[in-house]
Amino acid sequence: MRHSPQTMPAPIVQFENVRKTYRMGLVTVEALRGVTFEIQAGDYISIMGPSGCGKSTLLNLLGCLDRPTSGHYRLGGEDVSQMNDDALSAVRGARLGFVFQSYNLIQQLTVVENIEIPLYYQDRPEQQSRALARRMAARVGLEARLEHKPFELSGGQQQRVAIARALVNEPLVILADEPTGNLDSTSGTEVMRLFDELHEQGKTLILVTHDPGVGQRAHRTIRLRDGEIESDVRR
Amino acid sequence: MSEGNSIQSLGDAFRGLSFVRLKRAVRLGVRSLWLHRLRSLLTMLGIVFGVCSVIAMLAIGEGASFEAQEQIKNLGSQNIILRSVKPPEEQKASDKGSQSYVLQYGITYTDIKRIRATIPGVTVVLPARNIRDYVWNISRRMDCELFGTVPWYPEMRNHRVAEGRFFTDNDMDQRKSVCVLGAEIAPVLFPIESPLGKHVRVGGNYYQVIGIMEPRTVVAAKDPGAEANKSALPRMYIPLETARLRYGEVLMRRRQGSFEAERVQLHEVTIKVAALENVIGVAEAIKEVLERNHKKKDYMIDIPLEMLRQAERTKQIFNIVLGSIAAISLLVGGIGIMNIMLASVTERTREIGIRRALGARRRDIIVQFLVETVILSGAGGALGVLLGVIIPFVVSYAAGMKTIITFWSPVLAFGISALVGVVFGIYPAIRAAQMDPVEALRHE
Ligand SMILES: Nc1ncnc2c1ncn2[C@@H]1O[C@H](COP(=O)(O)OP(=O)(O)OP(=O)(O)O)[C@@H](O)[C@H]1O
Ligand SMILES: [Mg+2]
Repeated sequence: MRHSPQTMPAPIVQFENVRKTYRMGLVTVEALRGVTFEIQAGDYISIMGPSGCGKSTLLNLLGCLDRPTSGHYRLGGEDVSQMNDDALSAVRGARLGFVFQSYNLIQQLTVVENIEIPLYYQDRPEQQSRALARRMAARVGLEARLEHKPFELSGGQQQRVAIARALVNEPLVILADEPTGNLDSTSGTEVMRLFDELHEQGKTLILVTHDPGVGQRAHRTIRLRDGEIESDVRR
Repeated sequence: MSEGNSIQSLGDAFRGLSFVRLKRAVRLGVRSLWLHRLRSLLTMLGIVFGVCSVIAMLAIGEGASFEAQEQIKNLGSQNIILRSVKPPEEQKASDKGSQSYVLQYGITYTDIKRIRATIPGVTVVLPARNIRDYVWNISRRMDCELFGTVPWYPEMRNHRVAEGRFFTDNDMDQRKSVCVLGAEIAPVLFPIESPLGKHVRVGGNYYQVIGIMEPRTVVAAKDPGAEANKSALPRMYIPLETARLRYGEVLMRRRQGSFEAERVQLHEVTIKVAALENVIGVAEAIKEVLERNHKKKDYMIDIPLEMLRQAERTKQIFNIVLGSIAAISLLVGGIGIMNIMLASVTERTREIGIRRALGARRRDIIVQFLVETVILSGAGGALGVLLGVIIPFVVSYAAGMKTIITFWSPVLAFGISALVGVVFGIYPAIRAAQMDPVEALRHE
């Protein structure tokens, strides 16, 4: 994309008064009550807030795993808030990368096969995806573990596999929900250093965390309370 | 997220499914099944046994009915066979052992004349008499049935001469002492040399051997009762006129110190009906003629065509029963597969969530699970076909039964088993595809 120097580049993510309501029988839970914000390419954002304030809900919406009850969500300029299931799957596969608290690797697949999965669903030629997956493994420092199964790796290593997998499809945004939540402080720091590196390479990162230390590393922090944005601070 | 949506995505699942994608899906499926080898094998067994038992049972059934039909066909489907039987009341009387009792029963020459005169469409009549006696070659002896008949017996009963010739009209008219040996007799009485041109002795009479018949397939008819046993004896064929000359119509038989005499004119008469479609009608007419003229039921009517139809009906029933068993066993196999697949879907909820998050569409999940079920049932079917083809061979070899594997039975059985995979795989696959990715990811 080429932009004239005067205008701001178009935001990658635009949330416009997004609401998410869960219905459970007679009770309705308003997990998000009208959230509006924008994210520019290259942003490094942490989403924080007390338990139950809607962080995961927000991240699921950002990740196109769920649709907002109302409001609009534009990802790379495209309104994805009312897309059908197949289109959302395509968006997830092509434009998003996920890192989860519990790694979420497929146990019966090897490291390199796990990294390949997003490419598999985009019908990339096998050799090309294998080569890409190897390169991503090397990037997170796991080139020696390609044929290992996830259970043969430490938690930190598993999370690095997950990060490699989130990178392999060159996503617009990488989303991480408590990426260090299951890790000890050493491997947690290691993973965070990896995120910092990715940020330096120009990736757009959004991570949900409870840990203030982790939150501090991001350049912008969005605080949620009861489904609303409490504060949105840049450093 | 609705049911309709998933049905539609099921349809979409195979549209735009490239060969490469299918190949990958198959590889993935094989891998995931291989991971649970024992479980996959056990799941498959239902289909294996279903398919293999269908093919094996069909082959055995087909073989048995083929043999039965062959035997019946040898009797001639245009023929009606009348046999003389001793009426049951007489049987009892003779058991009392009353002396100098002459038992008269059976089909007479008059009957044949009447049938010929009153029933149209009856072309050839093949009368026969049989007398049980020992046949001797010097010191070798065999318990046989002397079968007095007419020269056209071989062609009419589809029973050919293997060596030499059958007797001619000339032999018949001149009441020559010639005989044709049944296939079973020749090797017993003449173990080394060829019997052709030699003589055999029956009582005080010598007969020159002019031919040997081909082996006779014994009809496994149930109803002719005692007659069937008698016809299981090896036969020696002599001209009917010679038999009449030698034995008259009264047969003497010694029983525990008393004599028993039987007067039977004809033991067996074969009537050929000109047109196949008239066989049943003519048989009815013959039945009426005989009923009118015989006070006792001292005859039997065998209609090979009816036996053939009966055999066909039996086979049909057999096939229906077999089909039901097959259907039930495949159903059970299918339910087994579905059960395991449902468990597998639940077990792999997390995997489904991960795949969905990483870009798998509903249809990709459907294909993944459906391919697994189809591989399971397809492999089960293939293994079943293999076993089902081997078992009949073993049965033929071990039990000496004839088995016939028709081309369509393995094809059909395999096709149905693959179909079972699709049918019983659809529900678990849809269940998997219906899962909400967020919920699936949260699943422990
Ligand atoms: N599937 C659901 N059905 C009903 N209610 C839900 C569902 N998911 C979340 N909620 C509710 O929405 C609210 C926000 O939940 P969310 O998981 O986003 O919180 P969170 O900020 O991620 O909390 P935590 O820090 O503990 O992970 C909570 O009150 C939760 O109970
Ligand atoms: Mg959460």
